[in-house]
Amino acid sequence: MTGQADAIPAARRRKRKNLRAQGPDAPRTQKAAVADATDSGPRFRAGWRIIAAKEFADHVGSWRFAILTIVLALAGAAAVYTTAGAIKDLAPAASGNESIFLLLFAPGQSINNVPPFTSFITFLGPLLGIAFGFDAINGERSEATLPRLLAQPIYRDDVVNGKFVAGLSAIALILATVMFVVSALGVIQLGILPGAQDILRLLVWFILTVAYIGFWLAFALLCSVALRRAATSAMLALGVWLVLSVFFGLIVGVVANFVSPVDPDATAQSTDTIANLTLQDNLSRLSPNELYTEATSIMLNPRLRTVTPDLVTSDQATGTVPGLMSLEQSMLVIWPQFVTIIAGTMIAFGVAYVSFMRQEVRA
Amino acid sequence: MAVAEAPAAESVQPAPPRTGVAIRAKGLTKKYGEFTAVDKLDLAVNHGEIYGLLGPNGAGKTTTILMLLGLSEPTAGTARVLDVDPARNPTGVKRQVGYMPDNVGFYSGLTGRQNLRYTARLNRIPKDVAEPRIDGLLARVGIADAGDKKVDTYSRGMRQRLGLADVLVKEPSIIILDEPTTAIDPAGVDEVLALVRQLADEGAAILLASHLLHQVQQVCDRVGIFVSGKLVASGTTDKLAAQAGAGPIQIEIIAAPPLDQVRQAVLKVTGVTNVDIDTRDKHMLVVTANRDVRADLARALVEAGHPPYHLRRRGDELDEIYRRYFVANDTAGAMS
Repeated sequence: MTGQADAIPAARRRKRKNLRAQGPDAPRTQKAAVADATDSGPRFRAGWRIIAAKEFADHVGSWRFAILTIVLALAGAAAVYTTAGAIKDLAPAASGNESIFLLLFAPGQSINNVPPFTSFITFLGPLLGIAFGFDAINGERSEATLPRLLAQPIYRDDVVNGKFVAGLSAIALILATVMFVVSALGVIQLGILPGAQDILRLLVWFILTVAYIGFWLAFALLCSVALRRAATSAMLALGVWLVLSVFFGLIVGVVANFVSPVDPDATAQSTDTIANLTLQDNLSRLSPNELYTEATSIMLNPRLRTVTPDLVTSDQATGTVPGLMSLEQSMLVIWPQFVTIIAGTMIAFGVAYVSFMRQEVRA
Repeated sequence: MAVAEAPAAESVQPAPPRTGVAIRAKGLTKKYGEFTAVDKLDLAVNHGEIYGLLGPNGAGKTTTILMLLGLSEPTAGTARVLDVDPARNPTGVKRQVGYMPDNVGFYSGLTGRQNLRYTARLNRIPKDVAEPRIDGLLARVGIADAGDKKVDTYSRGMRQRLGLADVLVKEPSIIILDEPTTAIDPAGVDEVLALVRQLADEGAAILLASHLLHQVQQVCDRVGIFVSGKLVASGTTDKLAAQAGAGPIQIEIIAAPPLDQVRQAVLKVTGVTNVDIDTRDKHMLVVTANRDVRADLARALVEAGHPPYHLRRRGDELDEIYRRYFVANDTAGAMS
């Protein structure tokens, strides 16, 4: 009753198997020959690719794409410009120091009240995801194009898959553009070229960031499936974003102090304090923003060894030799964060997918 | 669900036979919880035929169409579109069926032509085939000049025309149109219906759902009267008219006064059972008769020296059906 007719997975699997089995040299069944005749193309193009291509073209030509690119590029340029200035002042002292280039992106603190580039991305990235997802499905409904679209020879999930891929591609394009602009500015300002390690780290960070923004895209997509009106869907997505990125830290602090209170006389090293901080850390990891911030800090700063520097006691820190972590070691540290972000994205998309498949075509 | 395991259901039909049954439904039923939107519908539409699915809003027409397209799963019963089961192989059906939804919508930021191109791509029609076809279709539906304008500048009538072009992009052998004439002006309606007729003559099977019985009855080969999920009558318009005409009929008369004498003359005609003065027009008589007595009435009135100025059968043909089924049930409809 709930499942939709064109959502029958068995039929689809069989179809897919057919397509796969029929490589260019595979013997042609009569069925395949007929299918080719009907498709009358040299190669059967998957429905989601057609939809993704159209949606991507729409995104790239849209105002929101232009505005978001400009806003992010300006914010990024401002951040990197300030950071580069600060680094230049320190340059003599820092000479010989590796991975200075990464400091451009993640100086670890605000400089002259300008937050680092990564903070901008952490904060504004979700907006990017929401912008390309909040009206994906309900937009088709309000324009009354959904029944017409679904009456074409595509599978129903092609629509939601294609839209997700298109959104993710648009996000990746914006992010790549911004990173290139910002890197170029940094190179000009600093006069240093990034090393191979730096570039690799930036690449991993890029993938991480796309996954993080992908979570918000999937969440916005879910809102657009569940809510009929685009405005409501945008409000909900923005509301959740605001709670997670602005108020979540406060909420976590209150909860942690309630569950595991700290004696006012306790020292920074007391078990009370450490229990409280641990709880805070773990609670805040419910937010993808926190996971992403942690992963970013490690990935773009090879000097950092742990995502929880505030939990490292002076005993533990004594005798450590300052040095740089290799890329693999850094990745090992943030692997849980990385996987969790991707899992969160997949869960959000999965819920959006299933609810779209179960919806009636008509409202 | 109760669908037969048919090995052919997965296959795509070769060049469809342009004769015989194109759409067949058997006991097709759709329930939403307790509410039955479509109740054991039996239907067959042949190639080269226009079948009018006529009924008031909320009768279940759109639900039926969605089941035929595989966009909604039947609660019970089966459907076959070109021998393909839409519940099992919806894409096989959708490859060959052009569907224009009620209130057809387009991407308003794209031009009419771009919208059609997208449809062509979704149907995997190669560019070199699609482009000339789109040009031809835009001309055929009468919006060639507006093809490169954005759809948000279109009137509703133009959108509906674009909708027809959109349906034809894939060169379907079955065309399903849901309320194709609602937003078009009277001259446009004639054009659209003429186009639909042409398509049927070319061999397409056409299922036309509408609540505007008067507009579409002229173009339909057969009609089904669909009320509250049930097909209450089905057949050629003549057959239905004969069914409807079996009961007592009413005839309006305005003749040279005085009214009393006219009345006397009318009552003498055999078959006339009652004569009343019309409730709205005091000069008009309403004659109830058990057969079509118009010729006899005219003769009698002329002979009596009261030539009729106006002589009209009330509720001619399908109008009678409309009154009988639609109006009585109009308030019962819930789904649209």
